[in-house]
Amino acid sequence: MSAQFLQFLLAGLTVGAIYALVALGFSIIYNASHVINFAQGEFVMIGGMCTVWLANAGWPLPLAIAAAVLLAALLGLALAKLAVEPARGASVVTLIIITIGASILLRGLATIVWDKKYHALKPFSGEMPIHIGGATLLPQSLWVLGVTLVVVLLLSWFFGRTLLGKALLATSHNRLAAQLVGISVRRVLLVAFGLSAALGAVAGILIAPITFTSWDVGVMLGLKGFAAAVLGGMGSGPGAVVGGLALGIIEAMGAGYLSSAYKDALAFVIILAVLFFMPSGLLGQRSADRV
Amino acid sequence: MKHRAWFAAALLAAATATQAQAPIRIGTFLAVTGPAAFLGDPEQKTLELYVEKLNAAGGVLGRQLQLVAYDSAGDAEKARTFAKRLIEQDKVDLIVGGSTTGETMAVVPLIEQAGMPFISLAGAVVIVEPVKKWVFKTPHSDRQACQRIFVDMKARGTTRIALISGAGGFDKSMRAQCLGVAKDHGIEIVADESYGAGDTDMTAQLTKIKNTLGVQAVLNAGFGQGPAIVTKNYRQLSIGAPLYQSHGVASKQYIQLAGGAADGVRLPAAALLVAETLLDSDPQKKVVLGYKRDYEARFKSDVSTFGGHAWDGLMLAVEALKKAGSTDKARVRDALESVRGFMGTAGVFNYSPTDHVGLDVSGFRMLEIRKGDWTLAR
Repeated sequence: MSAQFLQFLLAGLTVGAIYALVALGFSIIYNASHVINFAQGEFVMIGGMCTVWLANAGWPLPLAIAAAVLLAALLGLALAKLAVEPARGASVVTLIIITIGASILLRGLATIVWDKKYHALKPFSGEMPIHIGGATLLPQSLWVLGVTLVVVLLLSWFFGRTLLGKALLATSHNRLAAQLVGISVRRVLLVAFGLSAALGAVAGILIAPITFTSWDVGVMLGLKGFAAAVLGGMGSGPGAVVGGLALGIIEAMGAGYLSSAYKDALAFVIILAVLFFMPSGLLGQRSADRV
Repeated sequence: MKHRAWFAAALLAAATATQAQAPIRIGTFLAVTGPAAFLGDPEQKTLELYVEKLNAAGGVLGRQLQLVAYDSAGDAEKARTFAKRLIEQDKVDLIVGGSTTGETMAVVPLIEQAGMPFISLAGAVVIVEPVKKWVFKTPHSDRQACQRIFVDMKARGTTRIALISGAGGFDKSMRAQCLGVAKDHGIEIVADESYGAGDTDMTAQLTKIKNTLGVQAVLNAGFGQGPAIVTKNYRQLSIGAPLYQSHGVASKQYIQLAGGAADGVRLPAAALLVAETLLDSDPQKKVVLGYKRDYEARFKSDVSTFGGHAWDGLMLAVEALKKAGSTDKARVRDALESVRGFMGTAGVFNYSPTDHVGLDVSGFRMLEIRKGDWTLAR
């Protein structure tokens, strides 16, 4: 019984780490602009597909990964500069719809530049399963967990210790005050998008050897990352991580102990439950409006 | 007055001339993209290649063939829309298509209503059971796959197995068929798990199977990327029992996706995949080797049985057209139903009013994947 539980837990943590990275992307952009970027899932897809494409073309894997993350970051910057910035004064709903349009565009571009087939990326360090207490773990899962941990630590250093990171945080707390202090909120927006896109790409590359990658993996991953961000509290960094891991584990346990057929439904049931009972999520700040 | 008569005669001659040259329109809707792409893509390529070859050799009944093709992306709704378009707007003479069971079944009511001869390239037995007047199919049915697999299992002394299947039409149908015929072959199904359509991780279901006592083999009923993930997860969990797949994975793409995990997997498939290793005395060898060489020379990629199903469908359609001597839909249908002894890539076809599958189990060979390639299982 406990070996089974451990197996589900490990599977849940692996996929939860990916959700956490995607959720972090959502939170960073939400902080910088109160926009929910529904193209986030597409950056995940671009990371995986671009790496597969370059690796198949003969590039060494680390170089392919770096190039894919860079491409995603550039696309994120392009999205901010060309689609979000010109619509600066528009309502939040309009901006969200713009990001949905961008996601459809990116998916279409992916089918033209690449193809519509499923692709497998070679695991970073082999496929020999590791046996732990009756359960098995792929080496790739260790990569996922390890890199996610490193990324989370780097982000907390970035936001806590660097001027640019603090500028991002300041903008999220009070936009007007940040502008008055001399922070260029336009630059903050660009950095936020670029950073989130890079995070999404990293998630896509890490998970591609385990699940396959194709032009439309971004849809589900983006939505589940969004569910994780909502669960943890939209806009909260630690919330995104907690929400991601929690969602991954809930999904794995649900598939294992309840019904495997309704695994996807769990994420969306969670969104509904959170929005009904706890709209600010687990670790989010309760917002108050002055009347 | 004389000029007008000449003019009218010239117009009439031109009209009848163009009428005789009007191409025979063969419609198709295939899952060229999407989750069933490794079914639809070789099917489309095969149809295009052979329509071209037939036209170069003079066409059929003195007329050229014209292929009207749509990509349904494995979506039953889109398949319906395209089938409607083929019947009503493009006014095709017959349809060879429907890569997946879901798409085929969605289209059947339209076909029956319009009285359009339809050769499906999908697997489930529900397509032809109960027999529908206008609907035929070329792949072996899922029931035949279950039977072939169970025969092999029994021969190896396996009696208790676990079943894992997906959510698609073919998956569900094959699962139901296997549950139905298991007892006839002395097989007991002790575990029955399922996964969703877009699921990327089946370790939960496989862990439950692993912990079920007495499982001697596992059968995965499905096609597309689902079985590839099941195969990878299977090796990850180090489940020692042999893994059987259906003929829905009979494509090199499955081996590419599953990688090294596919070694040792057994599946029933057409002899097409091992054409070179067949004995010269094998009656299937000429047809399968010919198709394999043509396809690989033109497209520089390995054959799959799905392209083979499309070849069978097209050639059966051509045979029916020739027998009927016209494109009259009712005559073509009757001609198709009376085809006997036609050698296709999947085996010998013998259609009849009660049998619209045409194949028997003899064309189905048991294959095993070794070192990333197909071999006949020992």
